[in-house]
Parts: sequence; C-alpha cells; structure tokens
Amino acid sequence: MERLAALPFSKSVEIAYKSIRVRFFRSLVTTASLVLAVAFLCYVQVVSDIATSLLQSGDPAALRALARAGYDINGVSSIGESAQQQWLVVLSLLVCVVGIINAQLMAVTERFREIGTMKCLGALDRVIMLLFLLEAGMQGFAGSLIGVLVGGLAGVASSAISLGTIVFTGLPPAALALTGFQSVLIGCLLSLVGVLYPAIAAARMEPVEAMRVEQ
Amino acid sequence: MQQHIIVRTTDVTKSFQLGKHELQVLKGISLKIATGRYISIMGPSGSGKSTLFNMIGGLDKPTSGKVFIDEVDIAQLDAYELAWLRCRKIGYIFQTFNLIPVMTALENVTLPMIFAGTGNDEAMERGMELLRLVGLDQRHSHRPSELSGGQQQRVAVARALANNPAIILADEPTGNLDLKTGEEIIGLLKQMSSERGVTIISATHDFKMLNVSDEVIWIRDGLIDKVEQRDELNISMGTIE
Repeated sequence: MERLAALPFSKSVEIAYKSIRVRFFRSLVTTASLVLAVAFLCYVQVVSDIATSLLQSGDPAALRALARAGYDINGVSSIGESAQQQWLVVLSLLVCVVGIINAQLMAVTERFREIGTMKCLGALDRVIMLLFLLEAGMQGFAGSLIGVLVGGLAGVASSAISLGTIVFTGLPPAALALTGFQSVLIGCLLSLVGVLYPAIAAARMEPVEAMRVEQ
Repeated sequence: MQQHIIVRTTDVTKSFQLGKHELQVLKGISLKIATGRYISIMGPSGSGKSTLFNMIGGLDKPTSGKVFIDEVDIAQLDAYELAWLRCRKIGYIFQTFNLIPVMTALENVTLPMIFAGTGNDEAMERGMELLRLVGLDQRHSHRPSELSGGQQQRVAVARALANNPAIILADEPTGNLDLKTGEEIIGLLKQMSSERGVTIISATHDFKMLNVSDEVIWIRDGLIDKVEQRDELNISMGTIE
C-alpha cells in the first residue's frame, strides 16, 4: 500500500486564507478579544515609552510636565508601568486566551462535518491541525496589527493629554517600534496558544463523524 | 475467468459499549464484492447497515474479523496508508452531500486531487472535466449554498471521482433528494459503474436503487439476511412496487 504525501505548505496556507476570508465575520469575533488585549498591552507600553523618552531627554520643560502629570522622576532612569498596570495587562491577556479557546472550540464544533469530510477525502491529522494553526496565526497577526495600531494611537493621544504637546517633540521611534513588534509577537503567540487544544481536538476527530446525519 | 475481488470481509463483528451494556451491532459478516459491480446494501435502520458500510470504507475498525480492500487488511495500515486509501482508492458520497461550504464547486472537486499531490493546473483541468461530466461546468464558481440539493450531490459525485477511485461508497445518496433528482443521481452512479468500471457500494433503503443494482445485500440484525443477484431481483420487484 502506498503512503500519502504531505500537502504542500503553500496549499495549506491558501486553504486557510480562503477559509478566513469567506468566514470573515466569524473570524472577526474570534479576533476581537485579541485586538482589545493587544491594544491594551500596547497602550500601556507606549505611555511608559513616551514618559521614559521625555525623562531621558533631560529637557526641563519635559521634566516639569512629567512631575505635573504625577510621575515620580527623582532618581530613576526610566519610567515603567505600575505593578497594578502590569497585573491588569497580564489578566487581560489571560482573559483573551480563554476567549480565543472558547471561540475556536465553537469554530471546531461548527466545522465537525467539514473536518470529517476532509479526512474522508484523505486529509491527515496533521493537515487538519496545520490548517487550524495557520488560520489562528493569520488571525493573530492581523488582529495584533490592528490592536497595536489602536493601542499605539491611544497611548500617544493619552500622553499628549496628560503631558501636553511636548510629547510630539520627543517621540522615541526605536522604542515605539520595539513595543509594536513585541505586541504583535505576543498577540500571535496568544492566538496560537488559544487554538492549540481546539486544533488537537479537531485533528483527532474520526472521519465517521462526517457520515452522521444530525448536525 | 475469475473476477477480481475488491472488497472482502471475513467474519466481521462490531460491538459498541453503551454504558454498562455491550451492544453487538454486527454479528459476523463475511462477503465478497467483485470489481465493477453495483452493490446495494439494504436493511432497516438499526440493522447494522451503516456500521458495515463504515467498515468497508475504512472509516471504522471491526471489533473482530478482517476487512480487506484490494486484498490488503486495512487494520494493518498506518495513518499515512489509510489516508492514501481514502484519498486514491475510495470515493465517498454522503447523504448530506458534505461539500466544503467555503469552497466553490470546482475547489470542492479538486480538493482530493490537491491532497493526492496533483499539480494545480492538472487538478483544475480534470476538475472542470468532471464537472462537465455531471453537467455542472457552467456553475463551477458557485458555492454549495448557491446550488440545489441535486446539484450539490452531483458535485459530490464529481468529487468522489476525482482521483479515479476503484470504489465509490455512497451512504444513502438519495436520502435528502426528491424522487426525480434522486433518480438522476442513481442514473449518474450507474453510468459511472458501467462506463468507468468503478465498483459502487451504496447503503440505502431507496427501492429505486434496486433497479440498477447488480447485487443486493440484505442486512438484518447484524447478519446477512440474503444476497440477491440482479436476475433474481427482477422477479421480486413486482411485489415491492
């Protein structure tokens, strides 16, 4: 008996992309919590990036603005997030992962017959798994990008409100870019972590499920 | 000349665990199916018809006994070989059509070819050819939701033929269709069987199927009740219709 060759990666990407595009609104729901969590993460980071950059500029006007906004600037070289903010960020990311797992489990259940049919047509367990991971990766990437954009803009706007227009003179491009990059990375990772269990459940499904009449 | 046996089962039993009770659905079924025949498996619901059908299709493994497809014991196959078998040797047709809803008719037909490693251009070309065969080449870019039940089932027939399988397994293929479209699908299957030499195995309780079957296997209570050949069948047809 011959063995089936693996599906080419580019084909898997194509199938996953089409699946997201056709189910656009369903994907939006799955991605919404990720967008919010990443936006919050990015927002908190951007605010502290800007404050740190102002602090390090040593400009007296900037220091005055920081002190007026309530930052403790004596004897520190950078301004980080408060412990409370860090907790909030971690919590929001956790909630987001749970949300993604929930939404993806729903998606798997909705697609039981489709998955079973694909297995009948010769899809290997790993193909099903890869399709779900790819979809989640794409959703994670797109969702994080939107989140970073929203969070970054909100961070700059909020800093401008609390610190005044002085923030626009000293925006730290390198630090902001790094923050954006990190946030996208974390967003993609969260999306993949969230889909892991649902994808395994889908991959292990028996093809007989496709035969069941009731849905 | 001896006919080539494509499917053979020896003393197949299947039990399901229902809570504390063990329910024996198949109680020892041995049968042989020759290449190119049109076989109907008939039986009331709960007779084990679908279970037997799943065994033959390599979708489920027997509790005891063996299922051979092309003289290969399918219990011995690993995941890759089983996937190859499902992809290349067997074409499936379902009662509920089971087209992939996000794909167009053409994409549905080419999917098994893609899984089989066929190149894109070749898959498209053969896909269109198969759609033409079932009379739907004009609607190749439509999604399943834009097709009628009969049209969806015709796309499913084209998909089942994608990799030139030796066997087509059809589970109640006319179950969700009205009389006329059901007859069209049956005609199409019969045409495939006689023109391409594909073995058609279909689980059904649609008596329209009997007209075209070469052989009918009646299942009752997990055992083979009787096997009727076509010529014997015509006599009893009068009492059915």
